[in-house]
Amino acid sequence: MSAEAIQSRRDWLLSERPASRMQARLGRAYVAWRRFSANRLAFLGLLILIALLVVAAFADVLAPYSPTFGDLKGSRLLAPSAEHWFGTDDLGRDILSRVIFGSRWTLYVVILVAVIAAPIGLLVGTVAGYAGGWIDAILMRITDIFLAFPKLILALAFVAALGPGIENAVLAIAITSWPPYARIARAETLTVRNSDYIKAVQLMGASPFRIVLRHIMPLCISSLIVRVTLDMAGIILTAAGLGFLGLGAQPPLPEWGAMIASGRRFVLDQWWVAGAPGFAILIVSLGFNLLGDGLRDALDPRSGDQ
Amino acid sequence: MTAALSVDRLEVVFDRFRALKGVSLEVQSGESFGLVGESGSGKSTLLRAIAGLAPAASGSITVNGKKLGARRDKAFYREVQMVFQDPYGSLHPRQTVDRLLQEPLAIHGFGDGEKRIQRALDEVGLGTGFRFRYSHQLSGGQRQRVAIARALILEPSILLLDEPTSALDASVQAEVLNLLEEIRRRRKLTFLMVSHDLAIITHMCQRLMVMQNGEAVEHLTAGDLIERRVSKDYTRNLLRASEGFVRA
Repeated sequence: MSAEAIQSRRDWLLSERPASRMQARLGRAYVAWRRFSANRLAFLGLLILIALLVVAAFADVLAPYSPTFGDLKGSRLLAPSAEHWFGTDDLGRDILSRVIFGSRWTLYVVILVAVIAAPIGLLVGTVAGYAGGWIDAILMRITDIFLAFPKLILALAFVAALGPGIENAVLAIAITSWPPYARIARAETLTVRNSDYIKAVQLMGASPFRIVLRHIMPLCISSLIVRVTLDMAGIILTAAGLGFLGLGAQPPLPEWGAMIASGRRFVLDQWWVAGAPGFAILIVSLGFNLLGDGLRDALDPRSGDQ
Repeated sequence: MTAALSVDRLEVVFDRFRALKGVSLEVQSGESFGLVGESGSGKSTLLRAIAGLAPAASGSITVNGKKLGARRDKAFYREVQMVFQDPYGSLHPRQTVDRLLQEPLAIHGFGDGEKRIQRALDEVGLGTGFRFRYSHQLSGGQRQRVAIARALILEPSILLLDEPTSALDASVQAEVLNLLEEIRRRRKLTFLMVSHDLAIITHMCQRLMVMQNGEAVEHLTAGDLIERRVSKDYTRNLLRASEGFVRA
């Protein structure tokens, strides 16, 4: 594409007089994208996540060995070498392959928790904030009860009740992570519920349901996205923690937390067994944190006129 | 002529504070009625009580012969619409003009949205170039025009105006006021307009009510105001205060 074509496309996106719904929406997205991509660290975070997605999608192709079957006879606890980049574990399995396949479980946990917890928090928070009165009191006291327990302990209790396994770990983490989202959504709702533009919609005869869904939720979503992204690192760590305690993923599933747990026994002599998955958790958590910070700058309605 | 809007001994109480103390007024159909008073005199509260945004403790409001209950129904909002004081706060920050205008049509289930939006924008003097802009891409006067278009799109017969021009600078103020007057004449609308600016009220309204501390002080016509035929000291003070701005 020539420089002129790029320039004219940019002008089209940044037009002060968009000619269609589509153009207005794209222009807005473009401005947010420019603000986001100007932040190098945030961009790095995005690259880390894209890399995680690619690795998870092509794990079958990328992994040099099987993640679950090892050579017990000849390759137990080998140090990192050209053959096994991250070494092997006590069952002779290639750790690199296990880390690569583990990315799938990490994504699985993160996405499921976000998909379950964020909408619950958003709904509870906006309804409580908009309705006020006894509905607010009841919803927020329930939220307080959940907030009163330490997250990992509550998750442990749920897993203990539901039985160990990665699905139950996801459920337990989701159940314990929605209350902060409800708090954020409620606070955001309280700041806008008495504004004139919400009153104007009320004056059109809109139902409370419609006001919450179509006018208040869109205003809460950006701060919620930022918060969820920043929490992703914590979610990964909680999932790893549950795995480490033996209540999350069960062997031989190559989940990073469970891998650290099994590597703990020889952490002094064969550091790579626990080190490699630990490093993977570190990198991915860092990626999510950087991305969250960048999104906050790009999406925060309080910064700039967008 | 029938009364388009009548308010009878209306009381509004916030917690223990009586914001309106038994105010009555009657606005004829097609008339432009002004409410004047200092800040905190209850004029905006009266408007909000009529719109259903402030709770009425006692008294009654009648619109086109129908007495209103505590809850407004959809039919009410097709009769009565409101334009807010601050155009910077009355438009949703994340919606385009198009989306803003579509919302009332969607709520009331109008089918020919495309045409109505086009017509509403034309009517307030905004071309189609403004249709897909966000409110932050508009000036104060343009925003207030959008707010007026939004109020008119349901084709109400009564428009409540809460200091519609006080947030705008003088030249834009005149434009918006002329637009409102023109629309009122064309559509035969009934206006109930709040302002603290006596000049605007004498320009726009045939009759007015002066308010103080949540009570009606006196009812006047625009002619009375121009010829200084006022009986209460409070009104006289208001008049004097408004002259203070005129160069001697």
